Amino acid sequence: MLLDENAGHHQDDELVPAAEPHAGHAPLDAAAETQADLSAEIQAIGDAYRRALKDGAAPEIQPRLDFAPYRSSILRHPTKSLHHADPETIELYSPAFGHQDVHALESDLTIQHNGEPQGERIIVQGRVLDGDGRPVAGQLVEIWQANAAGRYIHKRDQHPAPLDPNFTGVGRCITGPDGSYRFTTIKPGAYPWKNHLNAWRPAHIHFSLFGTDFTQRIVTQMYFPGDQLFPLDPIYQSIVDQDARDRLVATYDHDLTSPEWALGYNWDIVLSGSKRTWTENEAFGDAGDEE
Amino acid sequence: MSKLTPTPGQTVGPFFGYALPFDKDNELLAPGSAGSIRLQGTVYDGAGEPIPDAILEIWQPDSEGNVVQRTGSLVRDGYTFTGWGRAAVGNTGVFTFTTVNPGPTEPLPGKPAAAPFISVAVFARGLMNRLFTRIYLPENEEALAADPLLSSLDPERRSTLIARRDADGGLTWDLRLQGENETVFLDFEGASQ
Ligand SMILES: [Fe+2]
Repeated sequence: MLLDENAGHHQDDELVPAAEPHAGHAPLDAAAETQADLSAEIQAIGDAYRRALKDGAAPEIQPRLDFAPYRSSILRHPTKSLHHADPETIELYSPAFGHQDVHALESDLTIQHNGEPQGERIIVQGRVLDGDGRPVAGQLVEIWQANAAGRYIHKRDQHPAPLDPNFTGVGRCITGPDGSYRFTTIKPGAYPWKNHLNAWRPAHIHFSLFGTDFTQRIVTQMYFPGDQLFPLDPIYQSIVDQDARDRLVATYDHDLTSPEWALGYNWDIVLSGSKRTWTENEAFGDAGDEE
Repeated sequence: MSKLTPTPGQTVGPFFGYALPFDKDNELLAPGSAGSIRLQGTVYDGAGEPIPDAILEIWQPDSEGNVVQRTGSLVRDGYTFTGWGRAAVGNTGVFTFTTVNPGPTEPLPGKPAAAPFISVAVFARGLMNRLFTRIYLPENEEALAADPLLSSLDPERRSTLIARRDADGGLTWDLRLQGENETVFLDFEGASQ
């Protein structure tokens, strides 16, 4: 994919800033609900969870699908519980990706245009592992993010923060034999959204990951340590367990920080345990056709 | 080795549209090529309204039931069937894939055969974590009746996983995140293997 080409078209056609640059400073929509209202809801759900934990409930490790403080989820979560199923053959494999699919340069989000993007240059690296700690090698990792000012190159993001002509905010890579990935990018800014009045997302990078099995497919978000917006954010707080939430927060790593160049963050991703536990080669013959 | 706890998922959010879609992402086969069919449907919310900001992925065997492990999904050459595709819905909630009818895969050792299906992962703004489901072909009542998943569901719910065959040979399958005829979504964790 030629990122430059994409970004150029979008900027021309659809991504022009709102005609009135200050329009966004007016109160947003009819979002009369305040942060205090939302924080009270979040607090009540969290308190109930912590009481349940004390009474012996198992810790929750995923976000709640039904989490009303994120208003858009109200009509978009299944009301029936997920149906337990044994994975079938196809679900115990994942699509194969390789260097044919992804150019090595796609992991550097700071070189996709003619100039350097604005902001704090960072390196984000880590490993993709399965539930037994085994590396997920040769798999696709995709990321997308806002620029340093908190603005996405997306037509639906029209809030009055500047686009950066030198930053698209999309990257990809293929994990190494040890499950490792590494991106060079800039630290995204926090950005406002219209869930309620004065709603701001903590800075984050969206991650899309594949495992060895399609059942391990996840999309998630990586956050930065110490963000003051964590307690206020319905999306982060949809994971009600503190230990589970912490798993989305990268660690600052001074050894990864590159002198005169970029700050380093480490973030490992563990995919769900469901995976091929039998040897596929015994059962089906060698299905491998790597590249 | 001790089990590691999985990293939680999070919503795909509203701004995936410039990042996840790519050229020919929904064309597992070139449209119009021999054996290709159209798979289409609409994604609805709990109010029965189509939602404009969902993105679906499908993963399936080829028409013979072989699990394909070929690279090239992101840079399609027009000839290689990789078994995987991605489609963002349009403004009216409609998604479209060009693919093949999946064949029956070899059953897992010691397990009954599954009826042919397409595996689906669903992402949307407002959906906190991805959901998994399946699209079964409507033909072969016997295979459907014997399928381990379908036979474990009420008839009413079971029908949400079975596509309709269109006059042109294609498949139509709608996805309902909530409410009447809510699609059956799957949980593979803790399932016996
Ligand atoms: Fe975001």
